[in-house]
Amino acid sequence: MAARRGSLSQRDARTGIALITPTLVVVVLVVLVPLAWTLSLAFQHITLLNISYAGFIGTFTLDNFKGVLTSPGFYSALWTTLLYTFGSTAGSIVVGLIAALVVRRGFRGRSLVRALMLLPYVAPVVAVTFVWSVMLNPQFGIVNEWGTRYLGWDDPIAFLSQPSTALLTVIAFEIWRYYPFAFLFMMARLQAVPDSIEEAARVDGATPLQVFWHIILPQLLPTMGVLFALRFVFTFNKFDDVYLLTGGGAGTEVVSVRVFDFLTAHKDVGAASAQAAVLALVLAGYLVFQWWIGRRKNGWEL
Amino acid sequence: MAGFVLASALPFYYMLLLSVRSIDEVLLNPASLWVDIRTVSLDAYDRVLSSVDAGGQGFLALIGNSLIVATLTVVITLLASIPGAYAISRIAFRGRRQVSALFLAVYLFPSVIVAVPLFVIFTRLGLRGSLIGLAIVYVAHTAPVAIYMLRGYFATIPVSLEEAALVDGCTRLQVIRRISLPLAKPSVMATALYVFMIAWNEFLFALLFLVERRDQWTVSLGLSQLSGSIEVPTTVLMAGSVVLTLPIVVLFFTSERLLVEGLTSGAEKG
Repeated sequence: MAARRGSLSQRDARTGIALITPTLVVVVLVVLVPLAWTLSLAFQHITLLNISYAGFIGTFTLDNFKGVLTSPGFYSALWTTLLYTFGSTAGSIVVGLIAALVVRRGFRGRSLVRALMLLPYVAPVVAVTFVWSVMLNPQFGIVNEWGTRYLGWDDPIAFLSQPSTALLTVIAFEIWRYYPFAFLFMMARLQAVPDSIEEAARVDGATPLQVFWHIILPQLLPTMGVLFALRFVFTFNKFDDVYLLTGGGAGTEVVSVRVFDFLTAHKDVGAASAQAAVLALVLAGYLVFQWWIGRRKNGWEL
Repeated sequence: MAGFVLASALPFYYMLLLSVRSIDEVLLNPASLWVDIRTVSLDAYDRVLSSVDAGGQGFLALIGNSLIVATLTVVITLLASIPGAYAISRIAFRGRRQVSALFLAVYLFPSVIVAVPLFVIFTRLGLRGSLIGLAIVYVAHTAPVAIYMLRGYFATIPVSLEEAALVDGCTRLQVIRRISLPLAKPSVMATALYVFMIAWNEFLFALLFLVERRDQWTVSLGLSQLSGSIEVPTTVLMAGSVVLTLPIVVLFFTSERLLVEGLTSGAEKG
C-alpha cells in the first residue's frame, strides 16, 4: 500500500509538471522574454529604422540611461507619476471603503446598486474618458454649465488643459474609475466579519465611530494593504487613462506616456526601453519595500 | 448611497443622452438632462455604424474585428492558464512554490514595459497589424490575471472529492476532466468574461499595433481616432462610445454575480 501511494504521488508530480509546462511556456514567451528583451534593448542604440538588426545581443552601452536620466522633463515626469499614483490609489481606497460601509447591510435591490457602482470599472476606457472630456468641456460641458449657473463660477474652467487643475482632474477620474475595485474587495472582506463582535460592542455602548475604528477597520487593514499594493502597481504603469484625457499635457505627463512618445514620435526604441526599465526598477524597489513592511507586520505575504 | 450610484452612473446616462440629441440642440441648451421624446434622433448612430463607403464611420466592421480579437484572446488564455492554475493550486511537485511566485510576480508587471519588445518582435515577424498578433499580445495581459483568478477558485474545491476519485482508480487527468473542471465551471466562465472585457476594452496595444491598418481597427481604436477631426460632432462621438460600451454593459449585467465572485475569490487569501 505504501509503495503504491509513493508511486501515486510520484506520478502526480509528473502530471503536475506536465500540466504546468504549457502555462509556463506561454508566460515565459509572452511576458518574461519580452521583459528581458526590454532590458537588452535599453542598452543598445536602436531606432525604428534599424530595428530589423535588433537582437538580444548587440553593442551594449549606457547611453540610453544617461540620456533618459539627464533628459529634460524626466524627473518631473517621475514626480508626476508618483503624485498621480499615490493620489489615485489612496483616493480610490478611501472612497471604496466608504462605499463598502454604506452598501454593507442587505436591502432590496442591493445587487443592482452594486452593479451600477461597478460600471466605471468595467466600461471601456476610451468611452469613459470621452464622456468625461465632454462633460468637462468649457463650451458646452454639463459640469461647467452647472458650475457657472448654480455654483457661481465666474468663468467656465478648462479642467483638462490648465496646469492648476489637469492633474487633479486626472486623479479624480482615476478615483472614479477604480473605487469600485476597492469597494468590491472590501465588501467581500466585510461580509466575512462576524456580526457578533460588533453587536457585543454596541450593547456595551460603543458609538458607531468607535465600532468602526476599533472593530471594523482593524479587520480591513490587511485587505487595504493588498489593495494599496495592487492598485499602486497598476496605476504606476497606467498609460491609456492619462493619454486619452490630456495627451500628457498641462503637467500630467507620466512616465508611461513618455515611453509611448519616445517609441512613436521619436521612433527611439532604445530610449523607450530605457525609460520602461527605469519605471520597472522604481516599481521593483517599491514592491521590495512593501514586502519588507508586510513581513515585519506579518500581515501580508507576496 | 444614492450619491455613489449617481456619481457612477451619471456619465453613462449623459453619454446615452447626448447620443440621441441633435448637436444644435445640445449647443443651444447644454445644461439639459432630458430629451424630448419627439426630438430623439438616431442620426448619430446611423453615421457611426454605416460603412465608410456610405459616408459613415464603419463601426460595424470594427465591432467584427473587436469580436474576433476578444474571442481569440479568451480561447488562447483559457487553454494556457487552466492547466497551470490547476497544477499550482492542487498538485505537489518540485518547484511549485517558485512557479507560483513567478506567476504572481508576472501579474504585477503589466503592459507598458513589455510593449516595446513585443512591438519589436511583431514588427520583425510581420505580425504587426494582424488581429492574431494582437490577440497573442493580449494573452500577455490576461494570462497572469486568469491564472490568479482560477488558482483561487481551484483551491476552494474540497480536496476530499478529488482524493476519493483518485482512490477509486481515476488518473489525475480523469479527475480534472470529470470532477474539478465541472465544479470550476462558474469560475472558468467568470474568467472568460473578464478576459473578454479586458480584450474588448484594450486601447494601447491596438493603437501601437494596428494604427496603420484601418481595416483591422478595433472599436476602441476606431473611436479614439474619431476624436481629432473637427467634422465629427460630439453627438457622433457619444454614439460611438455607446456602441463600444453597450456590449460590455450587457455582458456585465447578465453575469454580474458570477463575475464579482470570480474576481474576489482569487484575491481573498492575499
